[in-house]
Amino acid sequence: MGTRIAGWGKTLLFALALPVVLIAAWWALSAGSTNYYAPPLSTIFTAFGDTWIGARMRDDVLPSVVRLLIGYLGAVLVGVALGVLLGGNRTLRRVTEPVLEFFRAIPPPALIPILFLFAGIGDTAKVIVIVFGSVWPVLLNTVEGVRAVDEVLSDTSRSYRITGLTRLRRLVLPAAGPQIVAGMRQALSIAIILMVISEMFASTNGLGFSIIQFQRSFAIPQMWSGILLLGLLGFALSLLFAVFERRTLRWYHGLRASQRGEK
Amino acid sequence: MTQPTPAMLQVDAVQKIYTGHGRTVEAVRNLTFSVGDGELVCIVGPSGAGKTTLLKCIAGLLEPTSGTVTLAGEAVSGPPESMAVVFQEYGRSLYPWMTVEGNVELPLKAAKLPAGERRERVRDALEAVGLAEAHAAYPWQLSGGMQQRVAIARAVAYRPKVLLMDEPFAAVDAQTRADLEDLVRSLWHRLGVTILFVTHDIDESVYLGQRVLVLSSSPTVVMEDLTIDLPDERNQLDTRSSPRFAELRHHVYEQIQLAKHRKGDQRPDEPAPDRSAAHGATVAADAGR
Repeated sequence: MGTRIAGWGKTLLFALALPVVLIAAWWALSAGSTNYYAPPLSTIFTAFGDTWIGARMRDDVLPSVVRLLIGYLGAVLVGVALGVLLGGNRTLRRVTEPVLEFFRAIPPPALIPILFLFAGIGDTAKVIVIVFGSVWPVLLNTVEGVRAVDEVLSDTSRSYRITGLTRLRRLVLPAAGPQIVAGMRQALSIAIILMVISEMFASTNGLGFSIIQFQRSFAIPQMWSGILLLGLLGFALSLLFAVFERRTLRWYHGLRASQRGEK
Repeated sequence: MTQPTPAMLQVDAVQKIYTGHGRTVEAVRNLTFSVGDGELVCIVGPSGAGKTTLLKCIAGLLEPTSGTVTLAGEAVSGPPESMAVVFQEYGRSLYPWMTVEGNVELPLKAAKLPAGERRERVRDALEAVGLAEAHAAYPWQLSGGMQQRVAIARAVAYRPKVLLMDEPFAAVDAQTRADLEDLVRSLWHRLGVTILFVTHDIDESVYLGQRVLVLSSSPTVVMEDLTIDLPDERNQLDTRSSPRFAELRHHVYEQIQLAKHRKGDQRPDEPAPDRSAAHGATVAADAGR
C-alpha cells in the first residue's frame, strides 16, 4: 500500500514537473515586460481571476461548453450509427465512399459562412458545424472497426444464433470499441477547435467570441487569460476522456497486456 | 456398417466449390455419411482435406454447392437451433469483453431463457468442466486449456442435440489435451449428446470415437468408415497401450498415408504415386510422439 502511494506520488511528480518549469520560465521572462502585447504573466493571472470568475462563467463559458458537448455527442451518435450501417454493408459502403471522402476533404471552417446563411448565427448553426467537422474520425473508425470483427467470433455468434440487436450490443459494438474510442478521441479535439472558430465568426457570447472581443478592444491580458482558459478546458476534457476510455476498454488493455505476456 | 439408432445427422452427397478471382477450387467432392443419435464420431483426414469446410457446411455457416445436410429430420439451411460448435481457435471464439460467466450465458440470453434457468445452467456447465471457481475471470486471464473448457461449457449450457468440434485441442499442450479428451468422453457419457469431432490427430480419433471416418485429400470423399471396437470405458493409460488400440491406430495411419496421395477424383484401385521414401521421416517422427 505504501509503495503504491509512493508510485502515485512519483507519477504526479513527473506529470507536474515540466508544467511547473514552463510556468516559472514564463513568469520570470515576462516579469517587468513593457511589450504591450506580451504583458507579464502576473498581470495575466490577475486578469484571469477578474475576467472569468463571476458572470462570464455563466454567460460565456457555459454556453460554449454546452454547444461543444451537444455537438460532440451528436457527432459520436451519428458517426457510430452510420458507421455500423456502412461497416456492415459492402454495397452501401462502395456507393457512399466517394461522397464521404469528398465531404471529409472540405475543411469544416469553410462551411461556416454557408451554414450561418442557412441556419442563422444561433446555437443550432454552431452545433451543426461541430457535428459536421468532428463526425468523420468517428464514422470512418467505426466503419473500419465493424469490418474487422473477428471471423471466428462472428461464426461463433452465428452458430449460437446471436442476431439482431443482441449481436450489435454484444458483438459488433464491443469488437469495434477500441477503434471507435480512438476516433472519438480525435473528434474531441476537432470539436473544441470548431467550437472556438464558430464563435469567432459570428456570435453574441462564448469563449471564442470573448477572445476576439478582447483582442479588438485591446484588452490584451484578458485575451491571454481566455487562451489559457481554453487550454485548461481542453486539458480537463482529455482527462475526463482518459477516465472514460479506461473504463470502457478495460478488457482491451487487459487482453493486450496478456498477449504481451505481462499477466 | 449397421446403424443401431436412427440418424441424428445425415450428410448426403455434399459438395463445396469455392469460386472467386477467376478460379474455382473444389474443396469437398462428395461426402455422404450419417451419425446416429447419441453417437460419438470422429472425422480424421490429412491436413488440407477440407475438414473445416465440411464442418462449416454441417453447421449451416456455409452453404454447400450441392447436396444436403439433415439434422434430426430437418434440412439445414442456416445455423440450426439444436447444434453447437466448438472451434479450434478458442482465443478467437470467446468474447474478450465478457467474463467467463457472460460468455457461457450469452447464447442462453439470445435464446430468451429466463434468468433463473440461465444462472442454473451456467453454474452447472462451469462445474461440469471444472471451472466453477473461474466464473468471474476474463478469458484472457486463463490458460489455453481453460479457455477451451469455457468454450465447451458454453456448448454444454446450450444443451444442443449435436455438438460439432473442429480440431478443438490442436492448439493446447499434450498433457492438457489428454485431460480435455477425457472431459469430452465423460461429458458425452453424462449428457447423451451426439458428437462429431474433427481432428487431424489419428491417436485422438481412435481414442475418442465409436467410429472414425477417414477422409481423402481435397477434393474430399470418405475413404473409410471404421468402427472402433474398443471397450466403452477408456482411459489414457490402458486404452492407449492396448494391442487393439495399436492395431486400429496402425490401420487408420495407413489409410491416412494412402489418403495423402489419393484424391477424391481417383478411383480406389488406381495406384497412388509412390512417395513413401519421402514420408519415412514423417512416420518415424510421428511414431515417437
